[in-house]
Amino acid sequence: MELSLATRSVSDHVVLEIGGEIDVYTAPRLRERLIELVGAGEKQVVVDLGRVDFLDSTGLGVLVGAHRRLRASDGALSLVCPHERLLKIFRITGLDSVFEIHRSVEDATTGGSAKTARTGA
Amino acid sequence: MSTVHVAFSPDPAYVRTVRLVASAVAHRAGISDEVLDEVRLAIGEACTRAVALHRRHGLADLISVAMSDGGRFTVRVTDRGPAESAGKEPGETTSDIMAQVAAESGRPAMDEDVLTAGVGLALLTGLVSDLAVSAASDGIGTEIRMSWPINRRPAR
Repeated sequence: MELSLATRSVSDHVVLEIGGEIDVYTAPRLRERLIELVGAGEKQVVVDLGRVDFLDSTGLGVLVGAHRRLRASDGALSLVCPHERLLKIFRITGLDSVFEIHRSVEDATTGGSAKTARTGA
Repeated sequence: MSTVHVAFSPDPAYVRTVRLVASAVAHRAGISDEVLDEVRLAIGEACTRAVALHRRHGLADLISVAMSDGGRFTVRVTDRGPAESAGKEPGETTSDIMAQVAAESGRPAMDEDVLTAGVGLALLTGLVSDLAVSAASDGIGTEIRMSWPINRRPAR
């Protein structure tokens, strides 16, 4: 499956729902979309990885780039990732301590208590 | 022992194709479903690294991926680019990344490609316990060799 990108607003957050595979081929489109959102003045961006089948280092690089851009404009990026198979990738690279990772969009947009969804190795 | 050999132009679009082929070959070789995701990701990372190297140097040469199932499932990804230093230790790379992310906007940001390469290396070393990087056998390019135990009866 190729990459699909859809945005919606939830309270004062914009949720970018990603589906399919984020890799060296599709990541540039994701980067573009995130730059557009930051350019449009969005501050609270939630990236929902719930429908992502595959994520590689290129995708992680794009997410780190967006995280930095948002921080520079006093915004914040948070992630929604309910899948152990993707969470493992964040753990291996140490990026689980960089991103705020939530189990659900609801947690991410309400600042729910489960700030970082971590599971055992 | 049987071998599947794929060679592809350094185009990002083909990395997915290679992942699909690699998944099918690994499954057939007897790699269990739990490990298959990691095998797919690791082969993808090695190919992504090779594609980036070829593109940086304007090389149209094919990147080679050879997969064989003798005893262990062994994959060799070979580029034709000039040798580049493998970079820093993965641990160091990750802390560099985190330092960069933590840095306030006043500091120069690490280039996204450099950052991605660091993350890719961290993933490869984190995912593959049997990983070796060496000069290609004919002296041109670099070979990344990875292998995994075959832990169920091969699907025939």
